[in-house]
Amino acid sequence: MAILVSATTPVRRARTAIRVKRTLGRVLIYGALLFWAFICLFPIYWTVTTSFKSAVDVTQGHLIPWLDFRPDWKGFRSLGLSPDTIWEFSNPREEFLSRFINSVITSVGASFLALLLGSLAAYGLSRFRYKFAWMRNDDILFFFMSQLILPPVVLALPFLVLYKALALLDTRVGLIMLYTLTVLPIVIWIMRDQFNSIPIELDEAAFVDGLSVWGAFLRIILPLAIPGMVAAFILSLVLCWNEYFFAALLTSSDAKTLPVMVASQTGSQGINWWSMAALSTAAIAPLVLVGIFLERYIVSGLTAGSGK
Amino acid sequence: MQNSLPLADKRHGKTPPRRKQVRHKSAGHALIALASLLLLGVLLIQILHVTGTIAVGFENWRPILFAYVAWAVALGIAQVIVRGERGLRALFLLPAVLFTVAVVIFPTLFGFYIATLDWNLSSLEGPHFNGLNNLIALFHDDYYWSALGNMVFYTIAVLGEYAIAFGLALLLNAEIRARKFFRVVFLLPMMLSPVAVSWMIGKSLLEYRFGPAATLARDLGWDNPAFFAYPWIARLSIQAMDAWVSIPFILIILLAGLQAMPKEVLEASKVDGANGWQSFRHVTFPIMLPVSITVIIIRIIFKLKLADIIINVTAGGPGGATDTVSSYIYRVYRDRSNVGYGTGLAIFYLILIVVFLTLLLRLSRRWTQKVT
Repeated sequence: MAILVSATTPVRRARTAIRVKRTLGRVLIYGALLFWAFICLFPIYWTVTTSFKSAVDVTQGHLIPWLDFRPDWKGFRSLGLSPDTIWEFSNPREEFLSRFINSVITSVGASFLALLLGSLAAYGLSRFRYKFAWMRNDDILFFFMSQLILPPVVLALPFLVLYKALALLDTRVGLIMLYTLTVLPIVIWIMRDQFNSIPIELDEAAFVDGLSVWGAFLRIILPLAIPGMVAAFILSLVLCWNEYFFAALLTSSDAKTLPVMVASQTGSQGINWWSMAALSTAAIAPLVLVGIFLERYIVSGLTAGSGK
Repeated sequence: MQNSLPLADKRHGKTPPRRKQVRHKSAGHALIALASLLLLGVLLIQILHVTGTIAVGFENWRPILFAYVAWAVALGIAQVIVRGERGLRALFLLPAVLFTVAVVIFPTLFGFYIATLDWNLSSLEGPHFNGLNNLIALFHDDYYWSALGNMVFYTIAVLGEYAIAFGLALLLNAEIRARKFFRVVFLLPMMLSPVAVSWMIGKSLLEYRFGPAATLARDLGWDNPAFFAYPWIARLSIQAMDAWVSIPFILIILLAGLQAMPKEVLEASKVDGANGWQSFRHVTFPIMLPVSITVIIIRIIFKLKLADIIINVTAGGPGGATDTVSSYIYRVYRDRSNVGYGTGLAIFYLILIVVFLTLLLRLSRRWTQKVT
């Protein structure tokens, strides 16, 4: 704390009362920040460490590895992901991997599809004036955004019936279509903001050079919109990866995603915490990494349209 | 899409000679007609097949989907043929519109239809029409009304989430070191899937016997730290978990708002002798009001969909005290396979939401206008 105080005290010769007050303020600020950081990190820490604990360590509430308890690959062994079991055949691992791959395919597929449809629509809405019956551009944008309001329950049961008829129940394609729908408004919002920030003079210059509307879009504007596209893609990826409600209702075996697998295991075992902890760790790890390394894009995606 | 003009009203591209244009136009119309005919034909064959009038037909309804895609493609091509340049522009919007219509509008209308049926998927007899019976049953369903009551609580709790997030945003906006580190850490809970959080916090951290939170509560003097046994405590625990996941979202948007705030205003208030609280009360907060209202409304929209955590932690218990409408309907379907009644509940909820949000948007617009 001493270093912080000396580094941030701008006025050296200030009276001690002010200095004390200032120090106190600093302490409070950092105290609050550290407290919240603890709240954010502790559940993650707890989950990761629990996957290395035996039953005794769990019941006695040991918290610190090596000091309190001897870490062991217990949880990951039950998943078939520990160093000593990784080369052997393991049923749980097969299941885990198939769920993992389902999650990857559905979330990446839906994010791509949403990005494709959403970028096109956003570009159109940002550059041209449409009129469809009574609807103008703003109404069309509102039409897309209003899909956000629709709660999943309203769609879930009709989709169950429809997918049954279409033989899309328990397929990845079916999930991809639904996930695309849930993230499309967000993608359109982010991309419209992105396209609005690109000056229209660039389009006009491209037209003068003889490019068509689509040529200008694909060759000139799209490359400039890549930051927005990355942000929209990552945000959709996060939302789709975590989606549970539709997946729980519409998949049963083939297309089951990771959240459904995690949910189906929670109730089953009594104090078999290490395997649940390992499963949770494996399920959240990809997104924790995304959060740490791509935080910039997530923030820029979330704040699209504000502050301008 | 009858008309689309470029923002800079300038024609570009070649206009084909008039004769050719007319021929193009009729070709385009013919294409649409043909595709529509194909779609209707496939639909008709399948309907007749399912009702047993004709033997020829498809195994399932999937060909209709393909016919719809073909129809959509034909519509796009026809737009370009008939309207040339303007058709090319319409092509940007068309895929998203057709997709949304196919996956939202149609299923929602279909949902209205299902809501009038008595349809139990597990029973042998198929759906049969029962008019408004689902609606009447809904009014006698205590669980549904208690779930709606819970939704009121969860929605109001958004204000609490907002207060905490605002505090954190102010902290992050202060002159601090390691801001990047704190920002990443504060963002992390948002990345985790609610299902994993249900286990991580709800089922293990708050576990009655061995969970560290329960141990801590015992040390602090709460003899019986049952987080999910009593209605109000259970509701608060669920709300706390949801807040943990969603505060980062509010925080990020508020922080962006704070950073976009002009520095001069705060300095001016300091010069005028305002202390910290006064400058927050009279400068920061009013400037942040539009952002705040936007973020609260978005958060409420997402809150109204809350289900995952409740399904996985309490399954609505104790006695429906933590149920949200979504989690209750999920159980209606999962436990009773009652598609008709479940959809009826969902549609009723949708109508409530639309009314509520319309009022909220009106109100907020008036409010922000009055202040700014």
